[in-house]
Amino acid sequence: MYARWVLTALLAWPLLAGLVVLLLPARVAKYAALAASLVEFAISVPLWWTFAPAGGMQFVADHTWIASWGIHYTVGIDGISLFLVLLTTFLMPLSILGSWSYITKRETGFYALLLVLTTGMIGVFVALDLFLFYVMWELMLIPMYFIIGVWGGDNRLYAAIKFFIYTFLGSLLMLVAILVLYLHAGRATGVYSFGYAHLLSQVKDLGPTAWWLFGAFFLAFAIKVPIFPLHTWLPDAHVEAPTAGSVILAGVLLKMGTYGFLRFALPFFPAVALNQSVQLVIVILSLIGIIYGGLVAMVQPDLKKLIAYSSVAHLGFVMLGIWALTLQSVQGALLIMINHGISTGALFFLAGMIYERRHSRLIEAYGGIARVVPLFAAILTIVSLSSIALPGTNGFVGEFLVLLGSFRTYPIATALATTGVIVAAAYLLTALQRVIYKPLKNPENEKLTDLTPRELAVLIPLLVCILWVGIYPKPFLQRMEPAARALIEQMRPPAAVTAGKP
Amino acid sequence: MRLDPSSYGDLLLSLLPELVLTGWALVLLLFVAWRHRTVRDLRIAGWLTLLALLSTAIATWWLWWNRAGSPGIVTMIAADDFRWVADWVFLGAAALTVLISFRYLEREQLLVPEYYVLLIFGTLGMMVMAAGADLMVIFLGLELMSVAVYVLAGLDRRRARSAEAALKYFLLGAFASGFLLYGIALAYGATGTTNLSLIGAQGAIMGRPSVMLLAGLALLIVGFAFKIAAVPFHMWAPDVYDGSPTPVTAFMATGVKAAAFAALFRVLNQAFGPVAAWHDILWWLAVVTMIGGNLFALGQRSLKRMLAYSSVAHAGYLLVAVTARGAAGTSAFLVYVIAYTLMSLGAFAVLTAKGRGGESDVMIDDLAGLAGERPWLAFALAVCMLSLLGFPGTAGFIGKWYILIAATSAGQNTLAAILVLTSVVSAGYYLPVIMAMYMKPQPVEHAHVDVTLDRWGRTALTVVVVGLLLFGVWPNRLLDLARSAGEGVHAPARTAAYPP
Repeated sequence: MYARWVLTALLAWPLLAGLVVLLLPARVAKYAALAASLVEFAISVPLWWTFAPAGGMQFVADHTWIASWGIHYTVGIDGISLFLVLLTTFLMPLSILGSWSYITKRETGFYALLLVLTTGMIGVFVALDLFLFYVMWELMLIPMYFIIGVWGGDNRLYAAIKFFIYTFLGSLLMLVAILVLYLHAGRATGVYSFGYAHLLSQVKDLGPTAWWLFGAFFLAFAIKVPIFPLHTWLPDAHVEAPTAGSVILAGVLLKMGTYGFLRFALPFFPAVALNQSVQLVIVILSLIGIIYGGLVAMVQPDLKKLIAYSSVAHLGFVMLGIWALTLQSVQGALLIMINHGISTGALFFLAGMIYERRHSRLIEAYGGIARVVPLFAAILTIVSLSSIALPGTNGFVGEFLVLLGSFRTYPIATALATTGVIVAAAYLLTALQRVIYKPLKNPENEKLTDLTPRELAVLIPLLVCILWVGIYPKPFLQRMEPAARALIEQMRPPAAVTAGKP
Repeated sequence: MRLDPSSYGDLLLSLLPELVLTGWALVLLLFVAWRHRTVRDLRIAGWLTLLALLSTAIATWWLWWNRAGSPGIVTMIAADDFRWVADWVFLGAAALTVLISFRYLEREQLLVPEYYVLLIFGTLGMMVMAAGADLMVIFLGLELMSVAVYVLAGLDRRRARSAEAALKYFLLGAFASGFLLYGIALAYGATGTTNLSLIGAQGAIMGRPSVMLLAGLALLIVGFAFKIAAVPFHMWAPDVYDGSPTPVTAFMATGVKAAAFAALFRVLNQAFGPVAAWHDILWWLAVVTMIGGNLFALGQRSLKRMLAYSSVAHAGYLLVAVTARGAAGTSAFLVYVIAYTLMSLGAFAVLTAKGRGGESDVMIDDLAGLAGERPWLAFALAVCMLSLLGFPGTAGFIGKWYILIAATSAGQNTLAAILVLTSVVSAGYYLPVIMAMYMKPQPVEHAHVDVTLDRWGRTALTVVVVGLLLFGVWPNRLLDLARSAGEGVHAPARTAAYPP
């Protein structure tokens, strides 16, 4: 019973709750939204136990939607999407709680949009019908566009439309590619369906078309990740978005790109993805992302922009891990996806909390505040260390696995990527030092108040996760392994998996 | 139910919707001859028009329900699902236009009940166009429609803009009609007939089409391209759309365009099916129209002008459906044109609420902060904009998706890619409308107090929004309807029965 309905409930509930919240008076909207997101989280939690690691696609529900085009409502999760769904439902209540005092105008709309956004995000991760996937992919665009555009910073209109058009451009070309795949599979089998498994079984004899299709999928996902030359929307969107928007952008939305690679672009077009030149290009772009992202982060005067560029670097590791295609590297990539959601989410929360107090995101506006707000300083330190990937925190496990796994496939690139870890330490520790240590010069900072219980309630679950994944990542890795292994076997003949070289 | 054209009874039956509407048009003419002074007369005329449209729709529905069809022989009037569905589009567009006209005419002091008579005659012309299985019938319908719309465009006699629009439309439209008529003459000269199926049969026998037939085809395409406002025959469209009273603009952008497309589908597929020459022409026409329409729209600041150019861009998308050929293309056209009619009318309906004095001076930025004061109007316009953009969850997406399926299954992948890329460009002018409404503050306090629609305008807008969202999420019935209708155009008529 639970298995058949859980994903549908996870999709329907926030949408419904969002519509209800829209009708409520402004002063109760946030309470209702928080309650709704907690219910959502409660629905999703049993997934953790009931999920069978070796079971492949689970919790599958399948209903006909638009019969004449062979479109189904098909949802299901495996070891790749399980954690992304849980991450989404976990971050939502925190984001709502984190916006408590930040959002002061048009509250009903804001919380309703956050809930609708949840449906879109979960939909992307659970859809097993490419039409449904596309619809969900676009659906999450509108709420985010409004969240940035209505509640964002001074330059919000520019950031919102840039975010929209970048994503829209990529996804529309993907739409054409999905259609071509659909017709190809339909002509080959006589069955016209957008089902994931159906399309996957018919991609072998695509021939040169596969290059075009891969290109279209690549563009859509690369914009979302974002991979180096396509990343320019990200700093704008992150910086202008309100705290909850930044947290969800970094925590969940960026993962859609890497998820897309894992779920669609790689399994559909293995020949293209593993072509020598394609590998070379992607590895180089990931490296640029890691190092360039880090170097640019180093010179940012704006705290949020620094965190935004650090995302580019982190996602570079994920891309490297995915393309290296060894068990450790793929597991590591999956783990970084979760870690990044937790750590960067926490960083954005912290940046938002200090911004609420001082109305400045500039690093130089602070300094020496450890004495005034010790709790804040302590948590910021822990979270920064986890983002740097210090052993004992979650960041370390993920990046270590990626570097370890990738070394067998791309030794030189991995060696270069390692410098990214050093760069990360350089920019985060410098920023940390400039914000909380150094002498306290600005008298305005003396009046800062420390974290409130509500803010602690937002941060402590994140801290728990940071330490949990850092110290005991086995339950995570265990649930990911079969899915990661299946992906690798799909991409390469089994003999090559152990050898690790293409 | 087979309608045998050799019996008078069946012939009348197959013309039933047109006859009903003609009857109502005459009744209405009589009515306005006596009662044309007060606002109340205007209202009654409007209600009678709605009644006329409704009864015509029921007549059409009755024929559709009984599966009325011609017995597969050559006739001048087609009786197939394509015609019924197209009729519904025209009737629906006209009915929504009437709903948004009530208050508009009173507010702008346009107390001319003939407005409604002309609207009915225009609709009648469209129905004749969609029914025509003969070039002469199509031409008759086209003229009936055009003359009525020329007058409608110039309805607001006190404003120079409206007169300019009417004159421009009339002069250029007369030219286009000339092209069309000349094309018909040449096609007749080449094949000895004006009947679509017979021309098709002649073309098939000819093998290589004669120069005269090709010249006729080219002139026909020019004539139609003018009516649908395809680039580079679109020059009249922005000025005419801009200058006409807004409900008339809505009617022109939806009904007139749909009718011209419906006739174009029949002419190209039935008469010129075997002639491959138009494939490339239409391909280029589609590409140029999509790119041109979208790029021109990008530069507009006035909402009405932007919508005018966007309707040019949408003509480009519809041309992709023409280029896709086959039944899928025709079905895609029907789905898209239904969605387009709804979303376009919705946008114009909101425009009538915002604007004064012809709306030509409503800039996109004038909508700033509308969502704060008029949340439902803003929501409706936002849905229309997203649908025009082709966003999932709206009917506009389903229509665009259908066109993309038709294009890719016809092997037109490049055209599909151009369609989606130009759609991205269109985000550049649809989104600013949403941005202005939701993300910009009101220029002055209570800037939008007088932005209201009356009950009937709100009814029209509700129909539009519900329709867009419903078809966007659950398009099954619509798709089934469009599929059977699309096949009607491509069913070969048995031409052997009546040798030319």
